[in-house]
Amino acid sequence: MLLTIRSLTKTFPGTLALDDVRFDLAAGEVHALLGENGAGKSTLIKCLTGAYRPDAGEITLDGAVVAPRSTGEAQELGIGTVYQEVNLLPNLTVAQNLCFGREPRRFGLVSSRGMKAMAEGMLDGYGLDIDVSRDLGTYSVAIQQIVAIARAVALSGKVLILDEPTASLDAREVEMLFDVVRGLRAQGLGIVFVSHFLDQVFDLSDRVTVLRNGRHIVTEDIAALDRVRLIEHMLGHALEDEVEARNAGHVEARRPPMLHFEGMARRGVIEGFDLEVGQGEVVGLAGLLGSGRTESAELLFGLRAATAGTARDQEGPLTLDSPRAAIRAGFGFAPEDRKTDGIVADLSVRENIALALQARRGWARPIPRAEQQRLAEMYIERLDIRTSDAEKAVGDLSGGNQQKVVLARWLAMNPRFLILDEPTRGIDVGAHAEILRLIHQLTDEGMSVLLISSELDELIAVSDRVIVVRDRRHVAELTGAGISTETIVHAIAQHARKDGEAA
Amino acid sequence: MNPRLLPLYATIAIFLVACVICYIQFPYMLSTRVLGNLLTDNAYLGIVAVGMTVVILSGGIDLSVGSVIAFSGVFIAVMLRDTGLPAPVVFVLLLIVTTAFGAAMGGLIHGLAMPPFIVTLAGMFLARGAAYMLTIDSVPIDDPFYEMLRKAYYLMPGKGRLTLIGMVMLLSFAVGMVIAHRTRFGASVYALGGGENTARLMGVQVGRTTVGIYAFSGFMAGLSGIVFSVYTGSGYPLATVGTELTAIAAVVIGGTLLTGGSGFVFGTFIGVMTMGLIQTYIVFDGTLSSWWTKIVIGGLLLLFIVLQKGLLRLTSARFSGGLA
Repeated sequence: MLLTIRSLTKTFPGTLALDDVRFDLAAGEVHALLGENGAGKSTLIKCLTGAYRPDAGEITLDGAVVAPRSTGEAQELGIGTVYQEVNLLPNLTVAQNLCFGREPRRFGLVSSRGMKAMAEGMLDGYGLDIDVSRDLGTYSVAIQQIVAIARAVALSGKVLILDEPTASLDAREVEMLFDVVRGLRAQGLGIVFVSHFLDQVFDLSDRVTVLRNGRHIVTEDIAALDRVRLIEHMLGHALEDEVEARNAGHVEARRPPMLHFEGMARRGVIEGFDLEVGQGEVVGLAGLLGSGRTESAELLFGLRAATAGTARDQEGPLTLDSPRAAIRAGFGFAPEDRKTDGIVADLSVRENIALALQARRGWARPIPRAEQQRLAEMYIERLDIRTSDAEKAVGDLSGGNQQKVVLARWLAMNPRFLILDEPTRGIDVGAHAEILRLIHQLTDEGMSVLLISSELDELIAVSDRVIVVRDRRHVAELTGAGISTETIVHAIAQHARKDGEAA
Repeated sequence: MNPRLLPLYATIAIFLVACVICYIQFPYMLSTRVLGNLLTDNAYLGIVAVGMTVVILSGGIDLSVGSVIAFSGVFIAVMLRDTGLPAPVVFVLLLIVTTAFGAAMGGLIHGLAMPPFIVTLAGMFLARGAAYMLTIDSVPIDDPFYEMLRKAYYLMPGKGRLTLIGMVMLLSFAVGMVIAHRTRFGASVYALGGGENTARLMGVQVGRTTVGIYAFSGFMAGLSGIVFSVYTGSGYPLATVGTELTAIAAVVIGGTLLTGGSGFVFGTFIGVMTMGLIQTYIVFDGTLSSWWTKIVIGGLLLLFIVLQKGLLRLTSARFSGGLA
């Protein structure tokens, strides 16, 4: 084995990002690393490239134990990385980018002719016919990716990590990139390939390792895997008994309808869909990353303007052209990335909870301090937010408690329809269960919830209905006993299989 | 054509147009005499603009240079008056002080991760205050060596005088060009301007480079202070107020992107010359108020900001469009 990782563990405050993970990479192999958001892929890669120091575990490269402390050190050891956003400088020429830090010099000054020759030598064999003395930024992303690969290979030359390299390439460019990668594999490089495009994984890889929730799930030859099983591995297995039992309890109840959405669509983002939400109902949105789950929610909340479609409730039509309008209609939206979209980390728990409510009242009618205090204490108790007091800055809380503050903030506005995008992302197991319990509690009180989640267990546990999104379309609706890991995975996989045939 | 060269070409084109306009109205303006004066009058500005170019290329800004020039003049004048040290020794001392001052600002910017704007703003007040501490009056410089420096010149064909300080400026630009375009330090400066995180990933020693950049600017401001004291023959703590802004204007008119990462030292030279030319034109005309200089410079600045914005659009459009 060229690279072996054993029992790698990394914790962040409130999260176990990597839990006893192992990984092997042989020379001359493309090894795909798969998992949904938050599965631990990026943490693993950052441990390899020296951006993070693991808490425990061992990385062995060519038989020697290594512990890179920086990207530079990892490069010297032989581990090079190419990221989704090209990490080169678009304002320098291709040659400058390739030779950076090793510029050939004459009389102490950088020789541009020597640099040009060196750069052309480095690009030799990559099938690129470009002028290296032009700015990198004038070339397409695909060419920039290949230049980045050429630099990484020249600098390190043993292990090449490709982190979502194809995310912004079109089909022809992907093929061009893959030809380069296959060439490098033939030269004996070990290549780690991270992607959430399953077709590309099946196209390029020799072996696959799946991570979920920071744990190693499976490593197998690609030939021994089919799509359905792979997706099962990524999204999680059958549910635990107790969850199933709880689910069975509220399967048949048909809720009085509350909201109707018809033909909601936005060109290029999501195809038209209808959605009916009953009072006290939990509607789950399932699908792979990038399938259009979040986009659907953003449309409903007015974060993206819909180009078509109507919304109405029992009283009449609703306009949802902006978040402000959606809030007025009694909607709430807790976004996926709470750190950037959901909370203000520097403000206290009390201030965060009061924030959205204040925004709705308008600045001219401040919420009295005592009222804020009462609200904050109520939600701290009700949601069991673990904080020393209401004045603690939210940024100092653990992930799960931050998520609860986001929830508290929306609950304080008393919405009738709450959209939760990956509410349990990056929080520990205990807090996870509490959030799910809380969703039940809220819907029992009559609130309706739209839950987006990558974790099937979670969706199955709390949803009354699950809508499967794939390829920017709502393709299946599962209800009652029809909701199971199998049915969801099959609905998702159908698309992948069809797509595979078309490609 | 490389789009990065476009602002430079635009700068040169505007300069040539300005020359033609001047020539049509006042044919005498295109003589070596006027050229000699142009170089002499703008020597201190040009030198400090070289340092400023490097700072702006790295994505930073140095607001302290105007005050440092004033401090330098006062420092030299007071030292020569009170200590009796020979002028060259005073020069070396001064350059050590201003370079260290710049390096310290660079260290703070990197070490405390502070915006350069704030740190050098503090530096600006500090240097101005230090100048006041030395004296509050204008101190004349009576030194035979100074007389010699002031009178040294090379007689160009057409009786134009290329003075010593003019030559120092030309030399500064030459050195600046080599440093920015032909050294690893220069490549690191461009890399920083392109993006600090990426630069770090590519192996730039960010701390060392940042300190180096501001030390270089401090050195250039000191050198500019020496030249300014030769030019005026005195040291005055209220001198060169706002020169940092004029220097920034020259850099931007010279086609350097204020956000860093793109531009040329030679462009700054053209920028300084363009601004000097406008001033000379107004002097030749005689009826225009000197405020017209500022108005024209303001207009040019605006033009360049719009031009750069357009260029950015153009390159990002290319960036997102298929294979180049």
